[in-house]
Amino acid sequence: MSSFKRFIPRAVLVGPGMGYWIVFFLAPIGLLLAYSFLERGPFGGVIAEFTWGNYPRLFDPLYLKVLLTSVRIALVATSIALLLGYPAAYFIANASKRWRVPLLFLVILPFWTSFLIRTYAWMVLLSPVGLINKALIGIGLIDDPLPLLYNELAIVIGLVYAYIPLMILPLFASLERLGGELREASADLFASPFESFRTITLPLTLPGIVAGCIFVFVPSLGNFIIPDLLGGGRKVMIGNLIQQQFLQARDWPFGAVLAIAVVVLMLLLLGVQAQVLRREQATES
Amino acid sequence: MRRQGFHGFVAAATTAALMLAACGGSGGGSEGSEDSTQTTSGGSEDQELGGKLVISNWDAYMPKNLIPSFEKKTGVDVEVAVHTTNEDIMGKIQAQSGSGFDLVFVSGQFVEPLVQQGWAAEVDPSQIANLENLYPEASELGYDPGNSHSVPYTWGTTGLCYRTDLVNAEPTSWDVFHDPPAELDGKMTMLGTDRWLLQPALLAEGASINSTDPQIIEEAASWTVEAKQNLLGFDDTTFYSKLVSGEASLVQAWDGWCNYGIAEDKNIEFVIPQEGSDVWTDTMVILESSQNKAAAHAFIDHVLEPKNGKAVAELVLYKVPNQPAMEKLDGKLVEQYPNLGIEPAELLQQEPVKEIGGDGLQLWSDAVAQVKGG
Repeated sequence: MSSFKRFIPRAVLVGPGMGYWIVFFLAPIGLLLAYSFLERGPFGGVIAEFTWGNYPRLFDPLYLKVLLTSVRIALVATSIALLLGYPAAYFIANASKRWRVPLLFLVILPFWTSFLIRTYAWMVLLSPVGLINKALIGIGLIDDPLPLLYNELAIVIGLVYAYIPLMILPLFASLERLGGELREASADLFASPFESFRTITLPLTLPGIVAGCIFVFVPSLGNFIIPDLLGGGRKVMIGNLIQQQFLQARDWPFGAVLAIAVVVLMLLLLGVQAQVLRREQATES
Repeated sequence: MRRQGFHGFVAAATTAALMLAACGGSGGGSEGSEDSTQTTSGGSEDQELGGKLVISNWDAYMPKNLIPSFEKKTGVDVEVAVHTTNEDIMGKIQAQSGSGFDLVFVSGQFVEPLVQQGWAAEVDPSQIANLENLYPEASELGYDPGNSHSVPYTWGTTGLCYRTDLVNAEPTSWDVFHDPPAELDGKMTMLGTDRWLLQPALLAEGASINSTDPQIIEEAASWTVEAKQNLLGFDDTTFYSKLVSGEASLVQAWDGWCNYGIAEDKNIEFVIPQEGSDVWTDTMVILESSQNKAAAHAFIDHVLEPKNGKAVAELVLYKVPNQPAMEKLDGKLVEQYPNLGIEPAELLQQEPVKEIGGDGLQLWSDAVAQVKGG
């Protein structure tokens, strides 16, 4: 069989997806990269003049600080999502077959409504005159409303809520694949439940953990709606800065620089993930 | 000052969310364009211009009947595109090297760059008889003296919008954000949009709101960083609902938007602080590339008709710079929304918002990053 004959079905199967990926994913990133080396146009856009000058601004303490704040907030949100998501995924993976699908369905249900509306709903919940504070005051637990909204706490709550399904799904996948046999075997060998978890479940679901963490961390880092609405604009994250450069400051090249910085950060993370997976495979074989 | 493509008597934040979500996808609001063809044959009394006119405006910024009545009168087929911000429409015009639209609605500070780029057409007063309806003050606005390239559509100012029942004394100064009385600590919001974010600081320091002096901007940024500690947050879209709900007691607000709060709660009042404020203008600009400038002029003339100007004011609750239109307004409306009654002379005492280009823009955006990131 000639290699050409094998090529055709492959091209037919892979081609459309590849094409889509190149046109709608690689091309925009290439465009961003190109923009980041051009002079800015007077009303947004760029002028075709090459410059290195947009990059040094990234290392201005002003912008570094925002980048660090964003990373910190995204890390906190990711950790909480993991702590909450792991038991949830564990529970779903170990639920009877009849319940698994409805439970997973509940996890992804929020995706059915607009992200913006769900964020506004959190404002209604967390506001000083919102449902939570009213209820707490109503039952006499507190006298003055708790400061739940327009601070970092609110941002973290919003991010965890928004992205926890992206944590649960990969965790569920790796927990389900693991099955219960290994756990039973270790119990037969007198390992305590904690010991079984530590030496078997946790290491074997590490790829799921890493995947889930990246799925939550990356969009958290770039989110600009939640800091704006739930954070009251008092804390900016890198996503807000990018949005501001494109929509208000009319400085697309610098916006592109910031976006490229996020992309580089993501690539580093994916590198870490690949490393973890490779080690995992090495220990398996 | 229009920022997002929505307005209205929206109290519930969730409603605002719905509309925000909708503003991304709402295409042209060219209601009534379908009946334009039959009305041309029906004959019209004055001009018979015909042809096509492409307009871009903020969403929900024109009375429903404005376009159909124009189409009926002139036989012009109008297509309305929607933009969400000034930057949005400027980007679209730039992407097409100054073409693509016959007439655009932009804020005053964007007229100057449109002229500089050679994209704005000169206004021919002989084709707009209703220009005489404009207040004399409306041609003395700093961004385009004499209205040579733009005609104002609405105008107003920015001030303090507050709940009289939640403050102990009437606020009189922009300093309220920096040194608030105890009852206002943590109960205020400021506008987060670049050009308005630094305004309280600049005005409190007696500087120009269009300053590009690095030292002044830096001082304004530090002032605002300090003021931020006293704020509930920055808010450009729902500040008036925060007043209504009592989350906030005092907010920096565009006059027209304060009215959306007043509509819900009679205890809300608007005041221009003693240091003064800005005068903002939303204008109509004909593009040089337009193939149908006669129709564009006719449209401006149509907008300036007293009954149409009145309908604009009633819809968006902004002042229009159209004297007979304002005089026709129901006295009760002005009584309910006192800032509709701010006289042009008083508006003119405020400083017009002007374009700050190039390096100034970067200076401002660094300052904004300092405030928001600090």
